[in-house]
Amino acid sequence: MAKTLAILPPAQLAPLAEAYRAAMAVKRRWTIGGLAVLAVCTLLSVWAGQVDIVKFWTGLPRFASYLSDIVPRLRFETFAADMAEWFWNFDGWLALLWDTLLVAYVGTLAGAMAGFILCFLASANLTKSTPVRFIARRSLEFCRTFPEIVFALMFVYAFGFGPMPGVLAIAIHTAGALGKQFSEVVENVDMHPVEGLTASGANYVEAIRFGVVPQVLSNFVSYSLLRFEINVRGATVLGFVGAGGIGKELISSIRQFYYADVSAILVIIIGTVFLIDWLTEILRHRLLGIVGDTR
Amino acid sequence: MSEPARTNRGLAEADRSEMRRRYPQAFRAPVVERCLSLAIVVGGAALAIYTLWRFGFSPAKFVDGLDKLGIVVVLMMPPDPGSQLWHYASALAETLAIAFLGTLGAAILALPMSMLAAKNVVANRILHFASRRFLDTIRGVDTLIWALIWINVVGLGPFAGILAIMTSDFGSFGKLFSEAIEASDRRPVDGVLSAGGSELHSFRFGILPQVMPVLMSQVLYYFESNTRSATIIGIVGAGGIGLYLANEIAQAEWQRVAFIILMILVTVSAIDWVSSKLRLAMIGRRAGATA
Repeated sequence: MAKTLAILPPAQLAPLAEAYRAAMAVKRRWTIGGLAVLAVCTLLSVWAGQVDIVKFWTGLPRFASYLSDIVPRLRFETFAADMAEWFWNFDGWLALLWDTLLVAYVGTLAGAMAGFILCFLASANLTKSTPVRFIARRSLEFCRTFPEIVFALMFVYAFGFGPMPGVLAIAIHTAGALGKQFSEVVENVDMHPVEGLTASGANYVEAIRFGVVPQVLSNFVSYSLLRFEINVRGATVLGFVGAGGIGKELISSIRQFYYADVSAILVIIIGTVFLIDWLTEILRHRLLGIVGDTR
Repeated sequence: MSEPARTNRGLAEADRSEMRRRYPQAFRAPVVERCLSLAIVVGGAALAIYTLWRFGFSPAKFVDGLDKLGIVVVLMMPPDPGSQLWHYASALAETLAIAFLGTLGAAILALPMSMLAAKNVVANRILHFASRRFLDTIRGVDTLIWALIWINVVGLGPFAGILAIMTSDFGSFGKLFSEAIEASDRRPVDGVLSAGGSELHSFRFGILPQVMPVLMSQVLYYFESNTRSATIIGIVGAGGIGLYLANEIAQAEWQRVAFIILMILVTVSAIDWVSSKLRLAMIGRRAGATA
């Protein structure tokens, strides 16, 4: 059975085809224009960024040899001894890593608490006063615009070397980042419980405690765990500017070309990051599964 | 009307005891759950206190530091670039170039990689697992560490910064893109295949149109965040404004520091504004909401 397609008569078809062509032409013009802008930006960036393909190409073998240099020689017959030599300072590095993890932990905790307080003030549905909301939002923005290492640089100057400036730097950046995410969650809550509480005489804090917090808590904890994960990565490099943890040891071994140490520390860091990612993922799934995702 | 007349209050009381019997959880969480949440709170607080003790935290030192910080803020006024304005401006341009090229390069390189890591495109368990772990490893290393490694290859300067951002975002994009591809609808792919298209056709016409808005929005989001990270990559010598920032802080030139901070603030908010406009224009409100 041969099937034929019904084709409109040419008189009807022509305007339709014309309209289609016109629509496609507009789309194509936008695409070409966009690509042209992209190309111009790329060329400008190549010029400003001093991109040098020749240097890249001649340097590339050095990248490979660097990677092979930092990987230690492990022989099968003396495996245990080689491993022991590779991780000669395992206990010391572990102590520094513990510092890094604690910096991330306390920084996240303090930042989450500050973000928790500020997020309600920055939410349009709970705070009607425009100046209060404006100040809360701008201060959150200021906190998250700068990467924590900028704050760490200044805090190292004010508080001296050590992990404390690292904790404060992470706390401030985290307050800004979590405060924004928290307030986005808060702006999407069901307002009926809040109205009910207000109608039965609850004040602002009570309305938030019993009307909003139960709705948002699981999401807040989930976001905080994600942020903890990010902060563990961030805390590994805070030592570069003297703010404590494993980063100090890493940068000095990179600068002094202690190749085996570089790879040993990187292996420890990557392993820890994997472990933390995995643990927080399990926790977050359990949490959202038990309490129920409110979104 | 044979039922005894009850006041509203009596009715509510009766209801409440009935409710309490039926839904005990709504009134009071079970003992195990309460103990668990108490244990989490106590444990968390104990760990925090232990940390403060380990780091030698003392309120006096803290107040002292705040005092010093206050002096710094006073010294910052008014922000003034001194004679360095042009150096700062060109360093800021470098920063933008690092963020732009780093993001663009990472996105272009990550697209083929994400196909390898997506279960529904390459249905090979081993390849899938290997590419996922490879991407995780790259992401596990911070951008600043990548910058240090690339400086060994191409020397100091913004090019090393571009390569560092490219490398670390390659890991993130590979993961995000492959997740977007895995979440795409299977039916357009089947349609293209059944109409005689090749595997490549099915990707180009079946998957790509679905995931493109999500991908674009993620790339723009990363461009914003990379503008922020590119401001610090200079701390290790990989180009951009970070080198000046670190130097001026080290030399306690606070007015210049304040000026650099203001420059960064203005640039970052300008980039955020442009990128949010672009996101809306390119993918529309609906796709923007789901992305």
